[in-house]
Amino acid sequence: MDQLTHRGIFVQIDMTVNGRACSADVEDRTLLVHYLRDHLELTGTNVGCDTSSCGACTVHIGGQSVKSCTVLAAQVRGADVTTIEGMATDGELHPMQEAFRQCHGLQCGYCTPGMVMAATSLLSENANPTEAEVREGLEGNLCRCTGYQNIVKSVLSVGGQS
Amino acid sequence: MTIMGTPRLRKEDPKLLTGEGKFIDDIHAHGELWMGMVRSPHAHAKIQSIDTTEAAAAPGVHSVYTGAELQEMGLWVAPLPCAWPVTEDMVNPPHYPVAADEVRHVGDLVAVVLCDSRYGAVDAAELVEVDYEPLPVVASIDAAVTDAVMANTDISSNKAYSWALEPDPEAVDAAFAAADHTVVGEFVQQRLIPAAMEPRGVLAIPAPFGGDITFYTSTQVPHIMKVMLAATTGIAENKIRVIAPAVGGGFGAKLNVNPDEILAVTLANKIGLPVRWTETRSEAAFSTHQGRGQNQKIEIAADANGKILGIRVHLDADMGAYMMLLTPGVPLLGSFLYTGVYDVPAFGFTCDGYFTNMTPTDAYRGAGRPEASYAIERAMDLLALEVGVGPDEIRRRNFLAGGEAFENLETASTLVFDSGNYGPNLEKALKLADYASLKAEQQRRREAGESKQLGIGMCTYVEICGLAPSRALAGLNYGAGGWEHAMIRFLPTGTVEVVSGSTPHGQGHETSWSMIVADKLGVDPDDVHVLHSDTAHSPLGLDTYGSRSLAVGGTAIAMACDKVVDKARLIAAHQLEANPDDLEFDGGMFRVKGTPTAEIPIQGIAYEAFTAHNLPDGMEPNLQEQVTFDPENFVFPFGTHIAVVEVDEDTGGVTLVGYTAVDDCGPQVNPMIVQGQMHGGIVQGVAQALWEEASYDEAGNCKNPSFLDYLVPSPMEVPNMVLDSTVTPSTSNPLGVKGAGEAGTIGSAAAVINAVCDALSPYGVTDISMPATPQKVWRILRDAKGGEA
Repeated sequence: MDQLTHRGIFVQIDMTVNGRACSADVEDRTLLVHYLRDHLELTGTNVGCDTSSCGACTVHIGGQSVKSCTVLAAQVRGADVTTIEGMATDGELHPMQEAFRQCHGLQCGYCTPGMVMAATSLLSENANPTEAEVREGLEGNLCRCTGYQNIVKSVLSVGGQS
Repeated sequence: MTIMGTPRLRKEDPKLLTGEGKFIDDIHAHGELWMGMVRSPHAHAKIQSIDTTEAAAAPGVHSVYTGAELQEMGLWVAPLPCAWPVTEDMVNPPHYPVAADEVRHVGDLVAVVLCDSRYGAVDAAELVEVDYEPLPVVASIDAAVTDAVMANTDISSNKAYSWALEPDPEAVDAAFAAADHTVVGEFVQQRLIPAAMEPRGVLAIPAPFGGDITFYTSTQVPHIMKVMLAATTGIAENKIRVIAPAVGGGFGAKLNVNPDEILAVTLANKIGLPVRWTETRSEAAFSTHQGRGQNQKIEIAADANGKILGIRVHLDADMGAYMMLLTPGVPLLGSFLYTGVYDVPAFGFTCDGYFTNMTPTDAYRGAGRPEASYAIERAMDLLALEVGVGPDEIRRRNFLAGGEAFENLETASTLVFDSGNYGPNLEKALKLADYASLKAEQQRRREAGESKQLGIGMCTYVEICGLAPSRALAGLNYGAGGWEHAMIRFLPTGTVEVVSGSTPHGQGHETSWSMIVADKLGVDPDDVHVLHSDTAHSPLGLDTYGSRSLAVGGTAIAMACDKVVDKARLIAAHQLEANPDDLEFDGGMFRVKGTPTAEIPIQGIAYEAFTAHNLPDGMEPNLQEQVTFDPENFVFPFGTHIAVVEVDEDTGGVTLVGYTAVDDCGPQVNPMIVQGQMHGGIVQGVAQALWEEASYDEAGNCKNPSFLDYLVPSPMEVPNMVLDSTVTPSTSNPLGVKGAGEAGTIGSAAAVINAVCDALSPYGVTDISMPATPQKVWRILRDAKGGEA
């Protein structure tokens, strides 16, 4: 077994990330989250589990939230990906980021990028959710610090029926 | 105080919100090698042989080491540390980072691969072939107690220690002999997986020349880590720099000194290349310690009115396979709290610690105190039933000091409680929760025979934190002190650096410390910069655990500020040609009393101290002071938690529908942060009550190591909580503050289970074990109804 075979096939993956064209040669089995973190050095997207349960790795692909640990980078060639690094513009926090800050919606901050991405996606589908809808919409994102109360409050403050 | 006591947004947030915060897995070093861990699939076995040939030949592999090879290489000079040998004769067989001949829990390390990629390391580890001879397994406390099977072939009994707190055993016996009522509670504190959202990880970077090593690790305890690395690896302590980067939650699970940490440092030091590892979530059930794991028996003796005469407690505690840093001491931290907030004339506590073939246990949010609070608060409800009064009334009848305010009160558990005022706290919580209306609604549903019944449960907890007076720790045979260090440094241009020995992992220390300094020095909080979590910046510290940061570390900061002001006053007096006693200091300005125009800002003093052109004779230049604060007593926060659950009699499902908590942690520096701590803490205790359990089969396999089946609650499972507080200042520190990090967890599990039992009480149900799963509730109801569901 030669090295290349054993390591899988190296493929060139091109995609648009945070509005910029990106390219890297990676193993075909490379998960999107590791492509972003290890190859593009966009380390804001975190890995919290290995079963697609926690949502720390949530990014947007074509505007929709996706758990980037469940997707091969090769599957989303050519896609338009947004990570947490692409949310603040011109030195201003995205309104959802600002809401998390104002409402103390984060403590250790590890789940936060995924929460912010999931929450913005939620509001793009339902601009005016109830508290119950926010909780249901964020069911796939786990946080161990906040008890969720201030996360829900953050999301409702941006676009909900608070 | 103008800034302390007000909610203030956190300094930490912008970095964390934008992905700029650097956690351990975000940091890389050129030429780094990944450790691929080869772990035992057996809970107990002899290692017969290991074949590393194929792994060594795998692409990108630098080297492969078995436990025996590592032992021969002499990489460590001492076993992994246990800093808390609770008794002189505690049994603690040597535990090295990688097993050489015998594995003692599933996931025990047997070999390690070094490889140049994240995925390659995992692949290569799978190529290591190990022959095991399985040995009999001890997979529960009950099995350990019988000694039918040994969890370790080097021991002759699974019992590692017996520890007792029995100030007056005869008095306890007399109390039970004289009792009109006695109740017995037998409770199981199931094992829990701490599950900080960030998995642990390490990166050890050796300097090319000179032998220095920089060690990044996802830890709560960089300072303790540095000492322990020196002690176990033989690397000189002054060659080691430990850095805790942004740490994604700890909850106790990141206060250990783990095999992977010793391994990374020693291998990097040996081969001269950076070595790293990040645990996977499923691996964490084996590579990071678990919490709880106790069988409890509590007995209360009371008179005819339900007034407590005595309490007797025995614990059998599950150490797991090895004594980790604080493993044996965790039950002791709870020992002093089994008398709760009550006036208990006679008290006795005994604890036996047992080895098992499961992942080691150690501190998990609350560490010993949630267990204690659970036992006494469940038992108080049993006593209320026995005596025939409500749970609120049984508590009122037994509160320390009759439920009135007290200071420095000695209790039957030998400790002096700093301050308390339990009665008003309970009444405030009952009012806030509208207890009377809840009981009325419960009665209505019962009479209507509705399928969803209401249960209301309360917990009036006290906890012990602010660890700790060093002398008190010495009395418990703890290996270190409990002080904390702080330095305050005015920079020449008027901004302030705070050097803190406390090590945050989500608690917002940078914000809170800035608020203390701003108030004390009259500066803008944004002009205060806090250095922490890096032993090169902050050489002295004892880190963050046991809700100690504010009460010990925050106090050190406040005291160091006072020293800065004292020195600045002398300089100001010199410059203003006034007597120091004639100066007042307010809002960052020194003024001569009665001469408002004669004033000088502290920033100006700082510059004068820097240039040293015109200082009082003999005074050292610069405006910088340090304090190491060693408190004389612990702090004892308390509060009342009221949980409301809905039990679906058709399905057994329990839904938490309401939660009210009135906590008292003394004056709050930043109420926003305190509330956040309470929210998260409460949900962790609720999770123990209703969902979480690290479940093991008879072969010692953890059956639910991943987030698929270990049920960390999602936003769907918890309601909004209603919080309020009372304020009873501590006498243990000049700020009067108490800890808030663990109180939520300490108060909530008992409140929830008391609520579940309350809902089931019409069927004669008085207890249910945690977690109160739908299956368990359904079966209890079926049995209570005579076999019909």
